[in-house]
Amino acid sequence: MIGNMKNKNNLKLIVSASPHLVSGLNTQKIMLYVVIALMPSLVASTWIFGFRAFALTVFCVAACMIFEYIFNLIAKKPQTTKDLSAVVTGILLAFNLPVSLPYWIAAVGCFIAIIIVKQLFGGIGKNIVNPAITARVVLLVSFPAAMTTWQATRFAGDAVSGATPLGMIKEGLEVPSNMDLFLGNVGGSMGEVSALALLIGFAFLLFKKVVSPLIPICYLAVVFFFALAAGEDPLFHIFAGGVMLGALFMATDYVTTPVLPPGQIIFGLGCGFITMVIRIWGAYPEGVSFSILLMNILVPHIDRLCDHIIFKVKTVKKKSRSTKKTVMNNIKEGTK
Amino acid sequence: MVFKGKSLKGIKVDHNKTTEGSKTERMIPVPAYVYISMSQHIGAPCKPLLGPGEMVRVGQLIADSDAFVSVPIHSSVSGTVEKIDGIRSATGGEDKVMVIKTDRKQDLVEGIKPPRIRSREGFVREVRASGLVGLGGAAFPTHIKFAPKNPDEVKTLIVNGAECEPFITSDYRTMIEDTDDIISGIKITMKYLDMEECFIGIESNKPDAIELIKEKLHEQGLDNIKVVTLKASYPQGAERVLVEVITGKKMAAGVLPAELGVIVSNITTIAFLGQYFRTGMPLISKRITVDGSAVRQPKNIRVPIGAMISDVIEFCGGYRGKPSKIIMGGPMMGRAIFSDNLPIVKHNNAILAFTGRQAYIEEETACINCGRCYRACPINLLPYALCKAYDKKDIERLKELDVMQCMECGSCAYVCPARKPLGFTNKIGKQLVKEASANDR
Repeated sequence: MIGNMKNKNNLKLIVSASPHLVSGLNTQKIMLYVVIALMPSLVASTWIFGFRAFALTVFCVAACMIFEYIFNLIAKKPQTTKDLSAVVTGILLAFNLPVSLPYWIAAVGCFIAIIIVKQLFGGIGKNIVNPAITARVVLLVSFPAAMTTWQATRFAGDAVSGATPLGMIKEGLEVPSNMDLFLGNVGGSMGEVSALALLIGFAFLLFKKVVSPLIPICYLAVVFFFALAAGEDPLFHIFAGGVMLGALFMATDYVTTPVLPPGQIIFGLGCGFITMVIRIWGAYPEGVSFSILLMNILVPHIDRLCDHIIFKVKTVKKKSRSTKKTVMNNIKEGTK
Repeated sequence: MVFKGKSLKGIKVDHNKTTEGSKTERMIPVPAYVYISMSQHIGAPCKPLLGPGEMVRVGQLIADSDAFVSVPIHSSVSGTVEKIDGIRSATGGEDKVMVIKTDRKQDLVEGIKPPRIRSREGFVREVRASGLVGLGGAAFPTHIKFAPKNPDEVKTLIVNGAECEPFITSDYRTMIEDTDDIISGIKITMKYLDMEECFIGIESNKPDAIELIKEKLHEQGLDNIKVVTLKASYPQGAERVLVEVITGKKMAAGVLPAELGVIVSNITTIAFLGQYFRTGMPLISKRITVDGSAVRQPKNIRVPIGAMISDVIEFCGGYRGKPSKIIMGGPMMGRAIFSDNLPIVKHNNAILAFTGRQAYIEEETACINCGRCYRACPINLLPYALCKAYDKKDIERLKELDVMQCMECGSCAYVCPARKPLGFTNKIGKQLVKEASANDR
């Protein structure tokens, strides 16, 4: 036997399976793109609601990062803070809060999002529901007063408190114009008010091919046509409340949404439907968080449904397998 | 499976074809020893015909086999047989190897002359005698490919000049330097296999090769041979993708192209045929791209079969820095080898050596369900689901998800942002399914 295991120059070579090249895009970069895409909304909300919007967002990001760091430390798990997913969760949670919310309540929200929803389920990639959405829902039912105290925008003159457009419509008040809604001159959670800023960010994600537009399109389409059928202004329902933030950034979260296009369509349609049912017939003025949360829970079932769609194709494919067998047998016989 | 037509999209991979302009250099100086492996093809290994101490000359038949799936081997050098020994092969097994001490005279064996053929059988016999295997990397004996079970239905020849792997340019150099051999190889194959049409598939990143071949075809008035410009995306050169792009026929795993009425051959294989029927010299040397960050002078060179990789790299100026990974073949599907003390075999088309940063792949992190692997897969498998099924060793699920269809192109692993070794898990997943079905029997 020629001893060729050793190299002449004493090289130490890595032997690994192919491919030996990978693309430049990793999880950290994807999260960074999402953070960048959320920046226009952060600027808009800081401009609309003042410096506290910025401070609260930074607070949430910091709290999320710290919670994740400490959890990994205590649980003796590899540190995952550098993948920036906690930053995304922090920003999205902050965007779902009213600007006047006390910091300690925000911290409770971050704890729920990171520790309970994300880390206890196994960390990034393993959570079954969207951390930011779940934290918002928990806060909403736990601190209903603080979570629905809306500060007026800087353009509202002397008014101290501003109602959300969806709250106004529930109470039968006159609602702001669609242009105000589109630009963000309305009361509401920090990140949801300016549809324009959210769309700019989302366009960036589309350009970078980080997300597919399938879920948002289905979501918004259902909201539009449902409102039309219910005899309400469809554009109002798209631009008011959290539909834009939810459809563009929360319902497109990779981890808690289906991967395959048919599943994404079902997911988007379901979100839109539940949102509108709550908005029109529910006790709450807004239903975006509940709709996404409920659809998140259904994702495993949607995935199974997609499997069946694929299997249908597969039963046809099985024929080719049998031909393969005969071909391989032919070759084998030939070898003999 | 869900969206038809998507499969042909492929993925964008940096081409890195830096050796494109490097004209193939003459044969590298003959090393003191060559190590000619007895297993240079898929199928039964050859038995050496010469023993220690016997004289050998260039082009001489040195090993053959009675098995149906096997190809004879010829000497690439002149000298004396030192010994027949075992060698650790690139795959980790043990191969027989003939060690020849060269005399550096490179005397030709007598009787090398262009073969005369009259019939289809004669042609296939000559193809076998030339020692030809699929030079694209598969090493499948060409004479078997040329003798399909349904000869009357096979009317189309597809010549694969896609060369979709990054870094490798040896096929491209063949197209530029041996254009006439390619065309005569196609002509002779079509004539004796009684074929009606031929398509040469070339990726759009080689415009001058496309132009050159088109021009030559036009000059000779060959309008049944067409050049098809392929999209420059990976894996256009995979047999199943190529057949689908050119003929529009879907090809499942295990289906031979011949069943769809086509024969697919690598462009270098075809060029060799042209050269063999012109000169009669069997397959004894190979054009190889030597590239990568750890090679001082990346270039295309002609290498005698059996030369050690370390000798080849020496000729290319040696290593630059310390190589951390050496790959036989391209970076997408090639094999990382454990040592540079391995001989060149017939189907080698590139040797790539990389230093540190290019050799290491970041640490694996958790899957985030982004679906990039599914979108990258040319045959619409679900690599992320396969990976989960593999982790659980769930053989039923692996079968359900059609793991056996995977052609191990590595597109999924290339795009995975979590750096999951999806190509690898598919590979072992296939192995698990094979073992399970073997146990069932």
